[in-house]
Amino acid sequence: MTTPEGTFAPAPGRAPVQQMIVAHGLLETRLLLRNGEQLLLALVIPLVLLVAGALAPGIDIAGKTTGDRLGVLTPGVLALTIMSTSFTSLAIATAFERRYGVLKRLGASPLTRTGLLAGKLIAIGLVELLQVVLVVAVALALGWQPGSDPASIPVAALLLVAGTWAFVPLGLLLAGTVRAEAVLAAANGIYLVLVAGGATLLPVDAYPRVLQPLIGFLPSGALAEGLRETLSAGPVAWGDVAGHVVVLLAWALAAGLVTARTFRWH
Amino acid sequence: MGELVVEVDDLVVRYGRGRTAVTAVDGLSLVVERASITAILGPNGAGKTTTIETCEGYRHPNGGRVSVLGLDPVRDRKALMPRIGVMLQGGGAWSGVRTKEMLRHIARLHAHPLDVDVLLDRLDLTRSARTPYRRLSGGERQKLGLAMAIVGRPELVFLDEPTAGLDPQARRSAWALLEELRRDGVSIVLTTHYMEEAERLADQVYVVDHGTVIASGSPDELTSRGASNTLRFRGPTGLDLRSLIAALPEGCDVREPTPGNYVVLGPIDPHLLATVTAWCATNGVLAQSLAVERHTLEDVFLDLTGRELVPPAEQPRNRGRRERR
Repeated sequence: MTTPEGTFAPAPGRAPVQQMIVAHGLLETRLLLRNGEQLLLALVIPLVLLVAGALAPGIDIAGKTTGDRLGVLTPGVLALTIMSTSFTSLAIATAFERRYGVLKRLGASPLTRTGLLAGKLIAIGLVELLQVVLVVAVALALGWQPGSDPASIPVAALLLVAGTWAFVPLGLLLAGTVRAEAVLAAANGIYLVLVAGGATLLPVDAYPRVLQPLIGFLPSGALAEGLRETLSAGPVAWGDVAGHVVVLLAWALAAGLVTARTFRWH
Repeated sequence: MGELVVEVDDLVVRYGRGRTAVTAVDGLSLVVERASITAILGPNGAGKTTTIETCEGYRHPNGGRVSVLGLDPVRDRKALMPRIGVMLQGGGAWSGVRTKEMLRHIARLHAHPLDVDVLLDRLDLTRSARTPYRRLSGGERQKLGLAMAIVGRPELVFLDEPTAGLDPQARRSAWALLEELRRDGVSIVLTTHYMEEAERLADQVYVVDHGTVIASGSPDELTSRGASNTLRFRGPTGLDLRSLIAALPEGCDVREPTPGNYVVLGPIDPHLLATVTAWCATNGVLAQSLAVERHTLEDVFLDLTGRELVPPAEQPRNRGRRERR
């Protein structure tokens, strides 16, 4: 089964940049949605928390034991989905890409490192969009009543983007410096710590007073607290939101600088 | 000499720093001609992979110069990558990605890729097109790695041990594929520790040990180098060896180790063979079982270093040449 002469005649060249980035983003999205553990983290856990938190009798969420629990819970679960995708899932996937030589192999392809990162951001964006749509739909079906200020939707979207921006370099920082197995443990561990102790699901004022300033400056606290304030009844508190966004961008900048210096591609 | 697509000049690559630094490549030089197959042959740890990865832009040289298609592999990375194909020694794919999905992805990164289905078919991967990478056999992974290296229609491919882990049939098929690539004008650099691979495929072989080239040339030049080849024949006992030696070029020797068995030692080339048969004709000798014994690259390596190219534990069975030693 010899090939006809000229089959392999060289014709090198890179594909258009947008085509490469979109192809990479869509492939990473497919791979993520095909992976059972990732799917559990991205969709099953947030939705189970939302449904159980809303329906289970006798639970006390920030002093609210009845129907209004969703007002606290839904923004928290949204923050959780952002964290799971742009931090935990990204860190684990990238660490194994490093381990399996995927990053190394793609490093010898026409796709540049910037293009690879852009593709990753597309995948993260698509998965987060799916998560947010599902969480909001389920919350509304359960009787969630978000605030009525029309500005709350774009502001919430801004917070979700700023949260992603803060968590992505943190995920890459972990993925680019530690062995894959350690990343698997650490990414899940940090996620659990931030869920339980980082004001993700519970408001900052539910924590002991001495810890409150610290927790408010965690990326999880800033993101979830901002979402809770924005999506609750009443007009958007612009000053508070700006404060949370500044905290998130500070994390993005700091983690981005450290990651750019420490990330090892192979 | 044709156009050079790779020039490595006095390359030095070290790992680590200070007292714990290890010198992986130590003053290595080589060149690769366009549309040729160049083999870098040597034992594990000789510096083959480090050399090839420096050409691929993965490592900064600590000394010396590397030029690939006239470009600096690190500085001109963006311009170089679309023009070369790379096969790493292992991995390079997500564990959950399917064979065809992975190959199609690499194809989509290039402007004029090969037809993915044709390539899968040529490499006998069609049946595992939908199999996730983690469930592929070692041989299937190697073949996918090779496909990924050539799908972008590169001018130059770097293949790090392309046939390691392939069964003999798949290996021959891969060799045929590499010959088709060369036929179509692709330049190929491969590392190997299989001397048959270098002998069968390569136009030029660089024998590497301890990070430097210890011998180079075409397989024929390497295996006929020095006075190490032999010509054997049988004939009547007690021939006049001095007369035969006198007929041969300077530096040749003839022995009769056992009665009627003759061994000619020296640079055995067609001319020398003709001289021996002419001498036989003149002296009315009917030479029987006339045989030229060519030395293999493995013998060359053993002669040069006193060590085996492949440790005995790694030897594939039935290689057919072990019996001679």
